[in-house]
This record gives sequence, C-alpha cells and structure tokens, in this order.
Amino acid sequence: MHEMSLSQSMLEIIQEQAAVNGFQYVNIVRLEIGALSCVEPEALEFCFDSVSRGTVAEGATLEIVRVPGRAWCWNCSHLVEVERHGDPCPDCSRFEMQTRSGSEMKIKELEVA
Amino acid sequence: MCSTCGCGTDEVKITGPESSSQAHTQHHQHSHGHHHTHSHDTETRLLQVEQDLLRKNNEYADANRRFFSRRGMFAVNLMSSPGSGKTTLLVNTIHALKTSFPVAVIEGDQQTSQDAERIRSAGVPGIQINTGKGCHLDAHMVGHALEQLSIEDNGVLFIENVGNLVCPAAFDLGEARKVVVMSVTEGEDKPLKYPDMFAVADLLLLNKIDLLPHLTFDPDRCIDFAKRVNPGIEILRLSALSGAGCDAWWAWLDSGRATARAARAAVDG
Repeated sequence: MHEMSLSQSMLEIIQEQAAVNGFQYVNIVRLEIGALSCVEPEALEFCFDSVSRGTVAEGATLEIVRVPGRAWCWNCSHLVEVERHGDPCPDCSRFEMQTRSGSEMKIKELEVA
Repeated sequence: MCSTCGCGTDEVKITGPESSSQAHTQHHQHSHGHHHTHSHDTETRLLQVEQDLLRKNNEYADANRRFFSRRGMFAVNLMSSPGSGKTTLLVNTIHALKTSFPVAVIEGDQQTSQDAERIRSAGVPGIQINTGKGCHLDAHMVGHALEQLSIEDNGVLFIENVGNLVCPAAFDLGEARKVVVMSVTEGEDKPLKYPDMFAVADLLLLNKIDLLPHLTFDPDRCIDFAKRVNPGIEILRLSALSGAGCDAWWAWLDSGRATARAARAAVDG
C-alpha cells in the first residue's frame, strides 16, 4: 500500500504550499498520473481521504489526469502508446520496446481558497 | 526527534548491533498548529504546483547516492517477494566475497531483526530497518541506517528490501542497481503479473535452479516474460544453496564495485 506514503507526500506538498500561499482550504487537487506509474488511483483517493483529515486538504477532490504510456518500438522505429508494461507494440505485436514516458506522479495544480 | 531532518518517532525502527532502539518516522507532517474554519464562499484561485509526489524521497535518494559515490560504494537494492531466498543468497554471497572486499547489509523487514543477525553472524556489518506496517523501504529510512552502519570504503552495500513485489519498485533508495530475485518455485508468469518491479530492475536473479528437475517451471518462458516487460534486463540463473551459477553473480558484483571505485578515484583525482 505505497499509496499511503504517496498520499502523505502529497499532503506535505500541499501544506508547504499553504504556508507559502496562505490559503484556507483546498477544493481540488489536480494530479498527473502516468499509466505506467505504480499508482492505483482508487487506492490513492482512499488513502488521501484518510491522511488529509483535520488538515487544509480535508474534503478536497482529487482530479486525476491519466497520462498515457509511450514507448519506442525498435522494430517499427517510432513512438507508440502502451497501456501497461509488457504490452506488445500495437503495430507490429513485438515486445522490443523502450519506455519513454508514462511513469509520472505529479501534483499539477491546486484549486484553493 | 531526529536531529538530521527533524522527523519524529513512529513505527519505523532502525537497529544495529549496538543500538537498542532508535525510532524514526518516514512521515513529515508539518501542520500549522491551528485550526481552520472553512468559509466556502471565499473566491477560489488556482495554484500551479508542478511537483513530483516522490520529490522528498528522491531528494533523500540523491543524498544517499552522493554518500555512496564519495565512499566508492556499489549499492544494490535487492527486491523480491517473501521466500525467494534473498537472505540465503546474501549470506552465501557474503561468505564468498567478504575476504575480497568490504561488504555490508541494510535489512528491511516489517518486524524482527533476525535477518540482520544472520548477516552479522556471517561476519559483516548489518543494520535492521523494521518498517512496522510499512510495505517498502524509502530513501529516508536508508539514510538513517547509513548513519549507524560502519562500512569501509570501496565495497558493496546490499539493501535488502521488504519482501514485496509491488511497492518497493516505486522508491529510489539512491542505489546504483536494482536487482529482483525470483525463485523457480514461483509462477513463471510473475514478470507479467508484477510488471512494475521487473520494469525497473537492472538484473533478474532466477534462484533455486537446483530444484528445476522437480518442477514444471520453464525458465526460458519466464525469461521471455521478463524481457517483454523490460527488454534490457540482465538475467542470471543460480542456486544460492548449491552455488550453481553464483560465479556469474559474484563477477557482476565485482564489476559494479570496480566501476564505483573507479568513479570515486576519478573524482578524487
């Protein structure tokens, strides 16, 4: 359940932002989570709900933008979209691919008041 | 409270041979110490944050990496599911290598310090991190363990992660290489079932190959699955118990160690 640690990091970032920017509460946390990252969005929501109680982020909605995974296919010599690690190239069905992006786990922005 | 980073006391416990119990938390919650009354008719605004959720862990990992690099140490993060034979592999590796160069171990488990005791009985320094309910080691815990570990320069440091094929994959500890250990008594499709772990690993050690005659496990199929997830992964087949294939593993470690030492020598001039 590493989503618990990630939720705690997320709260920490929000609290740092609150100290600098002086907001009272957070409406929305917009996150970018890559399809190839190790995060289960539902687990993250569950954990964040629990760790944020009694803080500025209590009750905030997590809006998760799923970023697709991209990999370079050595056979086709172009970038393709992949859903999961271990998926074949959608064009040639081979597995000789190198992941280029899709493992990000980032807070993009906060809607605060 | 920890004097280095101000973390409080919580579930995580780090024990060396001398220390009784020094507790640290991996959680830094800096609340403001006052209560907010929310008035929801205030105007909302957007703040651009653009921060990685693992930022703190990555900062600690970078600090660990600088420590390893200053000391010419080759740090290896060993990960696997419980029961793959990591600790037996480590103990036998220590016996084989400890006369050639310095070896030390950081052991991660939820509870007990039995593994660190096994390591120390093998004759090298070992520190136990108990994560309590935690399912993985993070770079912060490892940083604290390094403060207690007496290790000579230019050696190999093994960080044996908590037995878990999921969570440890996400956390950089500052290691030079990630190694996943899988035994042939597990399902050969494990690389497909737990792809995140096999995707980040530099090396797969396929352990317990002495048992293959008694099993239906097809190593080539397993390796094919691992390469689907990670075409660049290196693979060694071995048996920690019989010693079969271990020479290649030791050579891999020696080569990593030589690289780390050469990099330090280049910096030191």
